[in-house]
Amino acid sequence: MDASVATPPAAPPPASAPQRPAKGAVEGSATWRLSDRIGLAICWALGLLFCAIAVAITVYLFIQGIKFLKPSMLVTPAAAGFSQTETGGFSDALVGTLILAVMGISLALPTGVAIAVWLVEYGRPTALARITESTIEAIAGIPSIVLALFGTVIFSSTALGFLSRSNEGVVFGRSFFAAAAMLSLVALPLIVASTREGLNSIPPHVREASYTVGKTKAATTRRILLPASRPQVATGAMLGLGRIIGDTAIIVVLLGATQNFAPVEDVPFPLNFLRGAGTTLTNFVYEASPTGNLNQPQKAYAAAFVLLLMVLALNGAVDVVHRRARKVGTWSS
Amino acid sequence: MEFLKSPPPPIRRLELEDPAAARRVAPPAHPANGNGSSAPGGFTGARRSIGAPQFSIRRMEIDDVSVSYSNRDAVKDVSLPVRQGEVLSLIGPSGCGKTTLLRSLNRLTELTSTAKLSGRILLDDVDITLIEPTLLRRRVTMVFQQPNPFPMSVFDNIAYVLREQGSRRQRKKTLEPAVHSALDRAGLFEEVKDNLDHPALKLSGGQQQRLCIARALAAEPEVLLLDEPCSALDPQSTQVIEDLIVKLRDDVAVVIVTHNLQQAYRIADHVAFMYLGDLVEYNSATALFGSPREKRTQEYVSGAFG
Amino acid sequence: MDEEYTSEYGPRWSDQRVERMLGVLVCTVVGLLLAMIVVVLIKAWPSFAHNGLAWFGPGGNVDDQLNAIFLSGQAGAEYVYTFHAWPLIWSTLLITGGAVFIALFSALFVAVFIVEFAPEWMSNVLQPVVRFLASVPSVIYGLLGVLVLVPFIGNHLVTEPQKASVAGVISLTGYSLLAATTVLTVMIAPLMVSIFSDGLRAVKPGWLEGSLALGVNRWRTTWKIAVRTARPAIVAGTVLAVARAIGEAVMLAMISGSVGFAPNPADGFIFIYEPSRPLAPTIVKNIDQLSSPPANATLFAIAAVLLVSAAFLSLTGWVARRSMRKYGAA
Repeated sequence: MDASVATPPAAPPPASAPQRPAKGAVEGSATWRLSDRIGLAICWALGLLFCAIAVAITVYLFIQGIKFLKPSMLVTPAAAGFSQTETGGFSDALVGTLILAVMGISLALPTGVAIAVWLVEYGRPTALARITESTIEAIAGIPSIVLALFGTVIFSSTALGFLSRSNEGVVFGRSFFAAAAMLSLVALPLIVASTREGLNSIPPHVREASYTVGKTKAATTRRILLPASRPQVATGAMLGLGRIIGDTAIIVVLLGATQNFAPVEDVPFPLNFLRGAGTTLTNFVYEASPTGNLNQPQKAYAAAFVLLLMVLALNGAVDVVHRRARKVGTWSS
Repeated sequence: MEFLKSPPPPIRRLELEDPAAARRVAPPAHPANGNGSSAPGGFTGARRSIGAPQFSIRRMEIDDVSVSYSNRDAVKDVSLPVRQGEVLSLIGPSGCGKTTLLRSLNRLTELTSTAKLSGRILLDDVDITLIEPTLLRRRVTMVFQQPNPFPMSVFDNIAYVLREQGSRRQRKKTLEPAVHSALDRAGLFEEVKDNLDHPALKLSGGQQQRLCIARALAAEPEVLLLDEPCSALDPQSTQVIEDLIVKLRDDVAVVIVTHNLQQAYRIADHVAFMYLGDLVEYNSATALFGSPREKRTQEYVSGAFG
Repeated sequence: MDEEYTSEYGPRWSDQRVERMLGVLVCTVVGLLLAMIVVVLIKAWPSFAHNGLAWFGPGGNVDDQLNAIFLSGQAGAEYVYTFHAWPLIWSTLLITGGAVFIALFSALFVAVFIVEFAPEWMSNVLQPVVRFLASVPSVIYGLLGVLVLVPFIGNHLVTEPQKASVAGVISLTGYSLLAATTVLTVMIAPLMVSIFSDGLRAVKPGWLEGSLALGVNRWRTTWKIAVRTARPAIVAGTVLAVARAIGEAVMLAMISGSVGFAPNPADGFIFIYEPSRPLAPTIVKNIDQLSSPPANATLFAIAAVLLVSAAFLSLTGWVARRSMRKYGAA
């Protein structure tokens, strides 16, 4: 060993800071009591059960979907008819889902990010910050059916008649606008939570560095903090999207429970559609199931399959965002 | 171009009244603060009056041990004895492998999946790889650099060890004597006896670390490993813990890793100096600090590097 | 050139201005929630006022009552409000309670498995699986329940003598407590798993290391230190899952049987095969009756009960977490 005293260590060995014990590092079972071992067996059993359920759901819906989904269903709207061949497809539902996803997220994303920024970066007075936190938490816990009922009250008011079909002072209160507004509330807590997580993970010295060069808080937030927490914002947005396209209760109550678009007359495009009633995939699946009004299980399977593909795509997107964020790295705190 | 119309205000420069003051280094206020003194002569003063060991029994034997993390060597071919009745101190600059060596003594290195160990470590002439890790860790307990009392009451922190060793949940009353005696051995009982139900995390840093020592002692260990136990503490708490360590050396074999040469000099009976994974020199404390054999040791203890 | 000094980022975006704008937005959202609570309670008031505490009690056939309430809303008739919601409440309690109990138990084990014990490949499989199960829309769960699970229970699990034994009271077709609880469990357990495992991951490694260094084995360390420390997260996850279970409307409307019947444990084991209908699906089923004022009030009364339970749940969770933080748990 001829290393000179003065040379610093080439690569520092692991620091003595506590490390999380590695997962494989389970001691021999001699000191594991019987109950401990049974517990671990339950862990394995339940873990495998979860996998089995997920696989069963996916495989079953894929089989049924491929069997019953015909490309024509995606482009033909639902129609009245006596047999399943006459009743068309669910193009209106598919388009409705997409419209609501876009509208809902474009309402929820800016609002959610703004609230999170206020909570993390400003948060004064403290009492208001605490109330806001509890409010967001409360919104996450409110059943969407209650939100939907509340929506019927606001959007039936004459003041908001311009957002839905209104006839001689009687406001219908059910439209894409109404549903999107309430759906954005469903997505809001997820976006706020995720954005906050992102902002909180940025160490304070980064903010200080930006203030030092004379940036305002607003500019720092916009130019440094939000770009740095983009992965978390994106994750929140995608989780929110998942909730929006997956929600049924609000659609059934606030979109009018029709099977087709019902545009409002004498209003320019696209407002005529957005002010009118409509349907989405979730609503279509509900109505086409044996408990619904249509009772066409085959088309319900087909629509559910399309819906599942959307959910899988969103999940995949979240994965990609996570992996990219990990590759970019972050500040040490 | 609005910034041209309203130029930013000029930067006000801070003027130092005495430029030399910034460069002047304050002398260490307390010996525990100093990390090595200016010359080996700093160690010629009398050791604290702890006296020579009354006896010493060889308990552990580190025999040609090497540890590597994903093919990076952290400890290379180290052989050392660990004796009861004495305090063994491992010193060296950070990253020299002393903590890794300490962790391998109760097989905590196995918790890091990339760690590989070769060579033998014997506890009372039995290879420790033949002892069940959980049983080994009850005989060879460890206190960490950062005080890590569990988020429970003071009483429960100690009782945790006893409860998990027994096969049946014991009642609080039956555990009391053992808990009290462990706290007493760690010199903490008098301070906390009235609030044993208080959260352990509300104690001061020094008390927390002594609670961790008490917790380690409650397991009735034969060897006590201390990983820089005072590095997060103030000088006063450090002194209390140093006294405690010296007091413990007759009951358990004590191995302490320290970054602080003064501390090693104050409490250790034998000192091992490690550098870049190698054991450079092993000798009695007075010999190693007073007349180091190796050039590297001399440079280190005289504060040339580290 | 620095953008702060351009017109866009000049005084127009000063911090005070941004802070005020964000503050207004935050107040709007808070106000919206308060407005919702007030509106729902006001709308619900007639129903509660007419029934008093009997609203929550048993008495009569709840479906007939709902029908009478709706019809009384037609022009000229005198409004009827008589409504005894016990069968719906009982059904909510049974289904939610059962699902949360099973889900809590299994989610805890799965979360512990993912964080502490599963081999790397297994947790790499389990994490996406959990996220997937949590993101499947409830209507898909409902569809699978109604087309797969319900027929299975009706055709294979319930025997003819069992059907005959309650023939005069209710027909056992497979739409049942069992189906509803099972599907609801699958829906809420993944939610719990993801929150629990976040909590377990946040446990300070020093505590785990400290416990292992004392010779406590991996399993006991996990349960005594990690799970104990993560209790606030466990409470939070459970509260969220219970809220989701209570509020689940569409899936339960599809498979609970949609009958205002109170399953009777006195019937013995087969009561888990009996149909019912919880509170939330009742709103969905009768949503087209909103135009009838007394029916409107009744549905809002149900919504008010759901809203108050949700609020009460968050409060309970908050209090529980507060008391757990006493010892400094995460």
